[in-house]
Amino acid sequence: MPRTPTPVVAGWFTGDGNDFRLLGTRCRACSSVFFPREDTHCRNPGCLGGHLEEVPLSRRGRVWSYTDARYRPPSPYVTDPELPWEPYALIAVELEAERMVVLGQAVPGVTVADLAVGMEVEVVPGVLHEDAETIWTTWQWRPTGVTA
Amino acid sequence: MAADGGDGMTREVAVLGAGMHPWGKWGRGFVEYGLAAARAALVDAGLDWREVGSIVGADTVRGGYPGYVAGATFAKALGWQGARVTSVYAACASGAQAIDTARVQILSGLTDVVLVVGADAAPKGFFRPAGGDRPDDPDWLRFRALGATNPTYFGLYARRRMALHGDSTEDFAQVKVKNAALGALNPYARYRKRVSAEEVAASAVVADPLRLLDICATSDGGAALVLSSMEFARGRGVAEPVRIRAVSTVTPRYPNTVLDLPDIATDSAVAVEPASETFRVSVARSAYEEAGIGPGDLSLAEVYDLSTALELQWYEDLGLCGEGEGVKLLREGATTLGGRIPVNSSGGLASFGEAVPAQAIAQVCELTWQLRGAAGDRQVEGARVGITANQGLFGHGSAVVAVR
Repeated sequence: MPRTPTPVVAGWFTGDGNDFRLLGTRCRACSSVFFPREDTHCRNPGCLGGHLEEVPLSRRGRVWSYTDARYRPPSPYVTDPELPWEPYALIAVELEAERMVVLGQAVPGVTVADLAVGMEVEVVPGVLHEDAETIWTTWQWRPTGVTA
Repeated sequence: MAADGGDGMTREVAVLGAGMHPWGKWGRGFVEYGLAAARAALVDAGLDWREVGSIVGADTVRGGYPGYVAGATFAKALGWQGARVTSVYAACASGAQAIDTARVQILSGLTDVVLVVGADAAPKGFFRPAGGDRPDDPDWLRFRALGATNPTYFGLYARRRMALHGDSTEDFAQVKVKNAALGALNPYARYRKRVSAEEVAASAVVADPLRLLDICATSDGGAALVLSSMEFARGRGVAEPVRIRAVSTVTPRYPNTVLDLPDIATDSAVAVEPASETFRVSVARSAYEEAGIGPGDLSLAEVYDLSTALELQWYEDLGLCGEGEGVKLLREGATTLGGRIPVNSSGGLASFGEAVPAQAIAQVCELTWQLRGAAGDRQVEGARVGITANQGLFGHGSAVVAVR
């Protein structure tokens, strides 16, 4: 039986390959952008707008900072305790158009040694973990100089 | 230091007593630590518990219901005596909120004497979110979707400083060297051994560029304060008590443009121009404004050094030096004992580890002992004015100014 790809969080991203995008929301009244999405209220204290529409975020941004996870994170992060721990990098990315910073994992194989503050990265689809029924999908950041 | 202007005097509360249970990994319940701290603070104040009109507990969220109602839990342990009871929660800032609640009760005339208590019994390893599937909780989401632990954020901040200000991992290690040397002098600290830069460099990387000895541990511990009105203190013959002059408990302002725990993204600044100061700077500024002082008036500061790099950030956020000059201030020796503005004379979180609800109270215990001239080998000469600073998850500023 084929396993179903399922987003780790519903409604945060969409599309495949080059069409993959993070999804936020934008207030129709003041144009503030939110990620993770706000669907019921605008958080601008000077805005009473209640209508938020879904918008894709910029695909590319620049590294604001980065780090890695040298130790296995606790639950609810899912890992296989039978397998040796493989560190992964995390990147905080500044999106110029949205004027915000979004955190994400780096694509597998990219380590902190490959990264620098200010470097251009793009958002790509990735797999967080897999179990018997489901492939849990997520967003990942990949330096634009790297091709998968 | 005299209170200045207007009704300054009446806005102060006295610190009659301070008490702590030593930090460590003792393997017992939080109630025991809180009770020991409370009793020590009462002895220090020279008060019988039955004279206390109100008790405020900083919540211990890992302790189940007794932890959610910490004020009542400690009141019961001390023996029910009919006091007004309050329990507060503001993550790492819970202690400051408890102090502020006590202060407001005293200043409004509801009661003369308040006991403030916080205690924790911490698990080993990373802090983790409460159980269950909660996809509407950002704290749950950051673990589920990213595996982003607290040290993840500390690593991001540290790397950002290296890129922006040219800080090095050797600079970060020097913060640990300083704080370990101070902690070695503090009987309440968990780690009482000096640490060398080489030992920091030899410890394992946890979240690049930070190593195990750059990051604070999680600890058991308890801290308590007895606060009273100035009139009550004078009535007890305490003519010159340490006084709390300001408590800052402000939130950030939208858009918050620094990635804060436990968020996955910052606010967007596309519609509203961000304030000229960051959240942490505003936490300190509002404390200074309320106290009618500036950074130049300080004798010492206790800051929340969740990591070595974060201590340097606090130097700048408190205005002890200009932006990007934290390392310079450290390297000059200004922030160690005998320097212009000693920071974390207690040894800081580097020497204590974090006992969440107790920590902001413990910071004020240290100010109290320093301002009384009772800090022993780690005494800051002629200490008159101190500030504590801390930031709790989910937008809780915390800073306390104490004077004598």
